[in-house]
Amino acid sequence: MSSVTETRALDFKAGEHPPGRRLQRPEVAWALAFLAPYLAVFAAFVVYPVGHGLWLARDPALYAELFADQRYLRTVVNTVLFVGLGVNLMMFAAVLLSGLFVRREWWVRALLAVYLLCWALPAVPAFVSFHWMLIGEQGLINGLLRELFGIEGPIWFNDGWLALGCNIVAYIWKWMPFWTVVFVAGRMAIPQEIYEAAAVDGATGVRRFLHVVFPLLANLYLVCTLLATLWTVGDFNTVYLVSIGAPARSSEVLATLGFHYAFDAAQPALGIAAAMSALPLVVPVALVLMRRLQAGAVQL
Amino acid sequence: MSLASPRLLRPAGTVWPLLARPHRLRRRLGTVLALAVGVVLLIWSLLPTYNMLLIALDAEGDTEYSGIVWPADPTLDSFRVVMAGDYWYLEHFWHKFANSLLIALATMVLTVLIGSLASFALGRMRLARGWLLGNFPVVTYAVPASFLVIPFYRVMREYGLSDSLWAVVAADVTFATPYAILILQQYARLVPFELDEAAQIDGASPLVVYRSIYLPLMAPALVAVGTFALLFAWNEYLYQYLLLTSDRNMTVAVAIAQFFDADEAPWNHMMAAAIVYALPPVAIFLALRRWTAAGFSLGGIRA
Repeated sequence: MSSVTETRALDFKAGEHPPGRRLQRPEVAWALAFLAPYLAVFAAFVVYPVGHGLWLARDPALYAELFADQRYLRTVVNTVLFVGLGVNLMMFAAVLLSGLFVRREWWVRALLAVYLLCWALPAVPAFVSFHWMLIGEQGLINGLLRELFGIEGPIWFNDGWLALGCNIVAYIWKWMPFWTVVFVAGRMAIPQEIYEAAAVDGATGVRRFLHVVFPLLANLYLVCTLLATLWTVGDFNTVYLVSIGAPARSSEVLATLGFHYAFDAAQPALGIAAAMSALPLVVPVALVLMRRLQAGAVQL
Repeated sequence: MSLASPRLLRPAGTVWPLLARPHRLRRRLGTVLALAVGVVLLIWSLLPTYNMLLIALDAEGDTEYSGIVWPADPTLDSFRVVMAGDYWYLEHFWHKFANSLLIALATMVLTVLIGSLASFALGRMRLARGWLLGNFPVVTYAVPASFLVIPFYRVMREYGLSDSLWAVVAADVTFATPYAILILQQYARLVPFELDEAAQIDGASPLVVYRSIYLPLMAPALVAVGTFALLFAWNEYLYQYLLLTSDRNMTVAVAIAQFFDADEAPWNHMMAAAIVYALPPVAIFLALRRWTAAGFSLGGIRA
């Protein structure tokens, strides 16, 4: 279904030539010239480093060493939880909140500006602030719990699971506004007539969301979830700055553990191996994403 | 009340629940719910920023922040220290700031340039195997940026870019361009092909079509993509930390994180520096807010 009916004629299937005449030979040269800078960047800064990395981490003994390391196994569990919980909670909350931000009241617009500041705020200040909000017994969160409710909050970074939870919350705080606005844009593209037709059939409120809005956003939701998964697996800043891996490296994720192996333990090959061991999980996600984007599935 | 209202079509004899006009009640309930969610969201969004201000305004430099929720005795002294570069980790603060700015601006310009050229070739010229090349952006994200940092570090030495701001720019451009291409290709669907064809019939070369049709019509998306690239570079920390080794090339993000190396650092100075560092992207974002809408349109775009 296409909300951009006027551009419908431009939709084309992968591999099929678009409407209009075929490219002439000099035009192919032009096209390659236009692509050259991007292809150069891709070759120099993606293909070569990835190849170099795989070559450095080619020794199977490295992987045996990884799996023998208790810290590595805990880190894999952490990474799966960080990505699985973080991404899914974030996307679900974002799609619900997008319903708030399509409202047109003045205060909703003002709130959106404030909400988006979380995303515009650079990662280092934001996560450093989270670190100090949660540190020890004296952070702002525990201070507020004591002042407002008389509760003694836990020492957040004393427990690996609690610290992991803090990292997930901080990550969601930083990136949820971005995805919310992506979904707001997606909702805006749903033609008003569909809502009207649904209202005539009696679908309002929750039912409208379940049977009208969500099915229409499903493709967008899937593509965004896949993209967010790829980005979250690679997130370094959150864990590095919020919990700093505390306590005793039990809240690390693969991105930060690889870094510690490489630069603190001076074992670069092991660090790369730790990172590369995530590829069997990441590459299928990328392949599915590629297919969805190729099919033009992001179109509503 | 409009005649299209479904309630009027109810069969005769149905009893209205609670009130004669349930949809009005429902609307009011919806507004109350929205307001409640809005208040929670406001607190949630502002809490970390409030925490930054709280610590930055605290006068006690060397002691750890001690359980207060309200600045008892606020002072702007920490900001003075940052501005004057008066503390060991903040020496030459403005020089570091200039480095951050240079990286961000170069990333922005290069991402817009490379992204728009590539999206023009992929979307408007459509090579026979163009869709294959169109997958490259996603391939880039298949290996997350932070996983590439160790090989990147070595490769940059081979390229003669060790301890160079341009190495960081290269990394940022590499990871900002794919998203730019995705967004630009989405947006380009709104620009009619007929314009390109008309220009071609008049004898315009692809370069002329790119410059005088594609770029002007794509302006909103280009501004959005440029802003996103700038914010991306401003967010980035790992590559700046690893690739820039000398003091001369240090950036503000690295200087802030450095405070964690010391046990008894003045955290109020750290937070003041963090706030100053956060101001440019926030200002740019607020100034360009109208223009950034296109950057969020991963889905269909309404013409």
